[in-house]
Amino acid sequence: MRCRSVHLLLLPAVLSFPVSALAVAPNLGPSSPATQAQIAALELAVKNAQSAGDNAWVLVSAALVLLMTGPGLTLFYGGLVRRKNILGTMMQSFAMMGIITILWAFIGYSLAFGHGNGFIGGFEHIFLRGVGLTPNPEYAATIPEQTFMVYQLMFAIITPALITGAFAERVKFGPMALFLSLWSLLVYCPMAHMIWGVGGLLNINGGQWPCLDFAGGTVVHVTSGISALVAALYLGKRAGYPHTDMPPHSMVLSFIGACLLWVGWFGFNAGSALSAGPLATSAFINTQFAAAAALSWTLFEWLQNGKPTALGAISGAVAGLATITQASGFVQPMSALAIGTIAGIVCCFMVFKVKRFFGYDDSLDAFGVHGVGGTIGALLTGLFASGAINAVFGNDSAGTPRPTGAIGGNWHQVLNQAIAMGIGWVLAIVGSLVLLFVVDNLFGLRLSPADETSGLDLSQHGEEGYELNG
Amino acid sequence: MLKIEAVIQPAKLDTVKSALIEAGIEGITIIEARGHGRQKGHSEFYRGREYTIDLLPKIKLEIVVNDDMKDKVIAAILAAARTGHIGDGKIFISPVQDVIRIRNDERGEAAI
Repeated sequence: MRCRSVHLLLLPAVLSFPVSALAVAPNLGPSSPATQAQIAALELAVKNAQSAGDNAWVLVSAALVLLMTGPGLTLFYGGLVRRKNILGTMMQSFAMMGIITILWAFIGYSLAFGHGNGFIGGFEHIFLRGVGLTPNPEYAATIPEQTFMVYQLMFAIITPALITGAFAERVKFGPMALFLSLWSLLVYCPMAHMIWGVGGLLNINGGQWPCLDFAGGTVVHVTSGISALVAALYLGKRAGYPHTDMPPHSMVLSFIGACLLWVGWFGFNAGSALSAGPLATSAFINTQFAAAAALSWTLFEWLQNGKPTALGAISGAVAGLATITQASGFVQPMSALAIGTIAGIVCCFMVFKVKRFFGYDDSLDAFGVHGVGGTIGALLTGLFASGAINAVFGNDSAGTPRPTGAIGGNWHQVLNQAIAMGIGWVLAIVGSLVLLFVVDNLFGLRLSPADETSGLDLSQHGEEGYELNG
Repeated sequence: MLKIEAVIQPAKLDTVKSALIEAGIEGITIIEARGHGRQKGHSEFYRGREYTIDLLPKIKLEIVVNDDMKDKVIAAILAAARTGHIGDGKIFISPVQDVIRIRNDERGEAAI
């Protein structure tokens, strides 16, 4: 999917430049060796210019995606817990910035993007063997493969970090880090390979069920959100939930975190074009539109409880962003508005009503926002995808883009999206259950009641977030 | 010497402080406190869940004055802190045995 669109973008630029090159060299015949050399030099210059532009954008995007984890997610989650748990909650996400980076360099990138089978990549790139500063045209023809590698790393970091919202305030640091590390290798990497990897089962170019997932709605949000629900159910409720009040200790921190998530998401979605061309613009605009429209959460809440809360507004925005992720490079701006509006209302309903009905303690609503947003986003992408935005299925004989989604007539895509999303659900449920069971039985995941009462900060890290002395 | 303690609404701190200084008070200590009287609490909503917040933010101020200042100080607080609604707070008055200025060991009324 990605590499083809990059080729298409490059083509008109390369074709148009030799013509202008001839115009500035009127004294030479078009076939003279000097002209040929000049054309070759210009083609190289164009290629380098394109590469520099694309590389700049993708590197900036990589930094923006890291910004989503720290400080975005750490602040968003940190503010929502009780004050005795703020450092522990922030550390859960921050640890992923370190651990997953090392894992990714050793083996993660290879398992996700190496050549393997339909389910998982191989070992060809372990210790980044063969991942150099020249492009890998299978993924992105204009940027160094190391740029692609580090950009994808940032996705691998935030995905397990999202899960921590489900078991907030009640897990031991070490076993938690082990669980999420194994999860990254056994759930995230296979899912990324199936959808984005060459030869993947769900790859848009040649997969058995081609799935449209522009920036990771299924790869990131379905896997993390569903695993979050599994983890919340496996670990059980926090002591005192739901009878003891556990309101957020700092809405201000959460507010700043959510705003940083929104900004970082431009790197997440628009960066997934892997180029700085019009496709990046399209994804950028869809990201903004969906986040704005998802403030429908606030409206729903206003009608429900009589007040438009700040937490509702920022939760809605995050839900809209999670939901548009999958569709961001495939849909028209008006469709993005529709997707965002639906996301805000459905996710709000899940968090307000469904969670209470079943009584599970998805503490910070990682499932309600990311799992639900990712799931409906997968289906809505199949519904709203437009060949005019991104002709991933090529053009027909008349030269018009083949329909990509149901609104263009390709209803079959909704089924493909559902299959990919279903595989994401199954992989997340089975993988998480197995890993939770293993890690829990080896080391114990749940805090002792005494440690849970004193809080993560003191019991796990031996420090406090808010020190009054001095 | 008397200690006058008043629990007031946080929003009234500035007007009460100005009124006390106008009444001739030299020193004042305030404490950010939480509590409730007959007012009880209020509701807050976080992601659709209703929380009853029964310990509300309050300001407690402490002033130590000579006996002759008592009526002036009480009048100032009453005038400045009253909204007429439940939750306006209370004033407590108690005798003070001694006052010692840490800087120079002054005692009694001279130290106030």
